[in-house]
Amino acid sequence: MDSLVDIRNLSAGYGQNIVLHDVNISIHQFDFVGVIGPNGGGKTTLLKALLGLLPPISGEIIFSESMTEGNSHRIGYLPQINNIDRKFPVTVFDVVRSGLMSRKRLTGRYNSEENDRANELMTEMGIAGIHNKAIGELSGGQIQRALLCRALVNAPKLLILDEPNTYVDNRFERELYEKLKVLNEKLAILLVSHDLGTISTYVKSYACVNGSLHYHSGNKVTPELLKSYECPIQIISHGEIPHTVLYNHKS
Amino acid sequence: MENLIALFNFGFFRNAFLAAFVASITCGIIGTYIVSRRIVFISGGITHASFGGIGMGYYFGFDPILGAIAFGILSALGIEFFTKRADLREDSAIAMLWSLGMALGVIFIFLTPGYAPNLMSYLFGNILTVSKGDLIYLFVLAVFVIGFFLTFYRMIIFVSFDEEFAMTNNAPVRLFNALLISLVALTIVLNIRVVGIILVMSLLTIPQAIANLFTKRFDIMIIYSILFGFLGSITGLTFSYVYDIPSGAAIIFTLVVLYGLIKTGFIFFSKASLKHKEKMSV
Repeated sequence: MDSLVDIRNLSAGYGQNIVLHDVNISIHQFDFVGVIGPNGGGKTTLLKALLGLLPPISGEIIFSESMTEGNSHRIGYLPQINNIDRKFPVTVFDVVRSGLMSRKRLTGRYNSEENDRANELMTEMGIAGIHNKAIGELSGGQIQRALLCRALVNAPKLLILDEPNTYVDNRFERELYEKLKVLNEKLAILLVSHDLGTISTYVKSYACVNGSLHYHSGNKVTPELLKSYECPIQIISHGEIPHTVLYNHKS
Repeated sequence: MENLIALFNFGFFRNAFLAAFVASITCGIIGTYIVSRRIVFISGGITHASFGGIGMGYYFGFDPILGAIAFGILSALGIEFFTKRADLREDSAIAMLWSLGMALGVIFIFLTPGYAPNLMSYLFGNILTVSKGDLIYLFVLAVFVIGFFLTFYRMIIFVSFDEEFAMTNNAPVRLFNALLISLVALTIVLNIRVVGIILVMSLLTIPQAIANLFTKRFDIMIIYSILFGFLGSITGLTFSYVYDIPSGAAIIFTLVVLYGLIKTGFIFFSKASLKHKEKMSV
């Protein structure tokens, strides 16, 4: 199957500080990749490189033809919710529709077809009827839904989600993952998360980012696997008493 | 009341009235942008940096407002580009520019032989001495700002709300940031004649603070800011005439009192409605 994105020998970072070394990964249609790894391991750097926010130091990121539209890529992006200024005076409907701006001229107005599409998505995500509310009046879960609508409204081929499970309640988290499962029938998903336990039932493969990237297809997580990938992350298992086991990093 | 209407027979008062009207419009729009983007401190820096241009105007003998425009725009673009590129602490850089402008202004005015006329009107403003030339500048700016925001409204919101997301969509983020910060600088400098360097930031933030009590939408916030800005300016202007006190200070004082009254009203109202709800639930 043709890949949507090929990352080849990518090194990326900030100035003299190279965070990611020699990363290789291909993302195909219908992939569902869980990106895991410790804080400071380079998850965000990888995302920024993919989104075109950070030029690679070396190596390249090649997008397939089907991923390219004009001079932008068909990527839907859900940022971390704490990147959003929740006091900004903007309405939910305007936030959702702003996902269409890449196909607009500078003076762009939305046509009725685009408004309908935004409306449909909002209904689908369970936030119908709050169009004219300011985002400051919404709960964390509602903002996440609005941002997810914004990410999806331009019909992306690849959906990138950065820690979508922070600051949301368990119910929304489960709903979100079920939604992603359905969406995955149509598009590829790259999900950054620190919570391996929950995502393991949904993702099809893992990319462990810790200075470099280790790719592992299949969603079975064993302690041996994590050890061999040098990925010190948290596994949460549910028992009589909730407990958390932490692995130490080798080195 | 008749006395107040008679005021319109005076040319200076008609000018002041028009200036208050036009200033309220530009300050309503640009101030909403400033407050939403949380660039009040940057705007304060631009305001004070422009004093350097006023000083140069006095020393070299050109219109101080032109010097202020040049200093204002250059410092605005300087802050916009330097703080994002270089490893510079943004707030420290702004503070440096802030005081550098003031220092240059003081040096040039000190070096200018003789007494610097109208210096106080640049520091504290005087809406009653606004000239026809000032009015034309203000009017042209207002038309331009209205046109810019009407034409590019969606793009302005897009770029301002979530800069990173806008960049991933290939939006001209840098260009719009530069254009908007230049408009901020122009608005500040031209309104210096109305309320002065020291008070101009309040004209760009207090009406918005009042508007924000009523709405959390950008477009409606602009409309309310314009209305409250105009109401405050005209009331302040009248007080200034009746009690013979400086107009800039009177306008700002009126606006703050207006904010205090409405805010108190809101607190009482929400307490009353809470009590009402409690009664209903019992």
